[in-house]
Amino acid sequence: MTKTITDVICPFCGTLCDDLEVVVSKDGKKLLEVYNACAIGAEKFLHSQAEDRLTRPRMRQEDGSWKEISYDEAIEYTAKILTDAKKPLMYGWSSTNCEAQGVGSEIGEYVGAVMDNTATVCHGTSLIAVQDIGIPSCTLGEVKNRADRIVFWGCNPAHAHPRHMSRYSIYPRGFFTGKGHTGRKMVVVDPRVTDTARIADVHLQIEQGRDYELLDALRVAFKGEQLPDVVAGIPKEKIIEVADTLKSGRFVIIFFGMGVTQSLGKNHNIDAAIAVTRDLNEYTKAAIMPMRGHYNVTGSGQVWGWQFGFPFAVDLSRGFARYNPGETTSNDLLRRGEVDAVFVLGSDPGAHFPFSSVKKIYDLPSVAVEPHETPTTEVCKVHVPVAFVGVEVGGCAYRMDNVPIETRKVVDAPEGMMTDEEFLTRVLARVKEIKGI
Amino acid sequence: MAIIVNLITGRSIQQGVSMEAGKDKPAYTAACGIIELDPADFKRLGAFRNTNVRVTSRYGSVIVKAVEATQGPHPGVAYIPMGPWANMVINPDTYSTGMPTFKGTPVEVEIAKNELILGSLELVRKGCRGELA
Repeated sequence: MTKTITDVICPFCGTLCDDLEVVVSKDGKKLLEVYNACAIGAEKFLHSQAEDRLTRPRMRQEDGSWKEISYDEAIEYTAKILTDAKKPLMYGWSSTNCEAQGVGSEIGEYVGAVMDNTATVCHGTSLIAVQDIGIPSCTLGEVKNRADRIVFWGCNPAHAHPRHMSRYSIYPRGFFTGKGHTGRKMVVVDPRVTDTARIADVHLQIEQGRDYELLDALRVAFKGEQLPDVVAGIPKEKIIEVADTLKSGRFVIIFFGMGVTQSLGKNHNIDAAIAVTRDLNEYTKAAIMPMRGHYNVTGSGQVWGWQFGFPFAVDLSRGFARYNPGETTSNDLLRRGEVDAVFVLGSDPGAHFPFSSVKKIYDLPSVAVEPHETPTTEVCKVHVPVAFVGVEVGGCAYRMDNVPIETRKVVDAPEGMMTDEEFLTRVLARVKEIKGI
Repeated sequence: MAIIVNLITGRSIQQGVSMEAGKDKPAYTAACGIIELDPADFKRLGAFRNTNVRVTSRYGSVIVKAVEATQGPHPGVAYIPMGPWANMVINPDTYSTGMPTFKGTPVEVEIAKNELILGSLELVRKGCRGELA
């Protein structure tokens, strides 16, 4: 006999789907099937059942091989490198729950760490732009029920947020959007003809890295002023057509992604996108929202915003919170050699940081708290496998529109495995002992 | 024969699925140890589809498999899914924003038929130890 658990939350992307169904064995120990999830979400649930999963911490030996160690030894090592370091980097925090983020922040305060989350290589530049000029935003529920002009700028939800369009933005029938996708106009701006662009009403195949120009051209077109014949590879007539389409909507939503945050211009591209949104509000209702990647990167920004006043790149090494992107951000610190220990939880910088930063992690005392075997665990000195949040332990996570959703436990973790929060709580206790607090 | 293209990176659904299935597995290499080129760029390069190539920028070099773009046409633009292979060559400069320039790195692509594509763990390990060619 099996049992089906309904309304399960998917811990993969910032869409945080809350309608999954998971079939588990009667004793609740084995996860058998996942329904309603996208391919990536289903794989995340199923991979927790992998036969070759690591269940105990391990330490790198002199000869490069791994030696299994106990959780106690891993806690001791972690507390020691953090307290010995003058300025440790505590990075990640996006694939875990807010409860663990809270405990991690407390450790960061005691050891004078730099706390940074994956926004630093994702929507960090969006956060800078929001601090510059603010953000007129909304929730995904409002998008579903009201939005009739949808813009995807530099993002590809068909691949990165696979159920976003069917749950919220394009296909669902909402209160004021009873016709579903036939009542909506969809505009995609991308240098590639992505799978998202293929289903759009209008695709602007922009020259890569010229987002600022095109956003500014839209603002010019809203006001009916003169435009050059071609901007960023897009003919004037097309820009005016899109501007008119957006102005004629009842509710415009602009979703934006890595295409604008990671291309040259960075935060200034988002400044311009937010200015477009602000301008549109003179004609109709408009909102803008970043397509957040990790399921709880938004949550770590929330937790730190509440605790320290800043959403990422928080430097606690002077005993109070400082924030200066470019100085207190992970990649700048690593490349300049300004940190002397690295602690990673709930992220994989080994795979997703530029290699020059990865090399620096390899040269430092380092711990990776991570259920999988990844390039990060490959370069760290100690690897601590933990239970999967959202699969084997619940906890709070924030959706991309800043709505908190409680994730659910569906299956037991392998015997004797710790959760992120349990591990961090033990490290915190040991740090306090060492510091004599 | 080498060609210059503008490199961008990002998520593909194959990258996401294989990442969750384990970055130590061959499927992850198959999903991310690739460069998507436009048919026009294949012609300029003079290479068959599925040839191993060396991608080189000012910042590094990596061996990946050249495949035809699935989300094209985009002549002059090349795409390596986000991951350790792309990160060997992208521009790490953050220009004081904290964000490396993951999109928009000029790279040179040349045929390297006899070179091997490394798995993610091996690539990072060898890179850290300075064992990469």
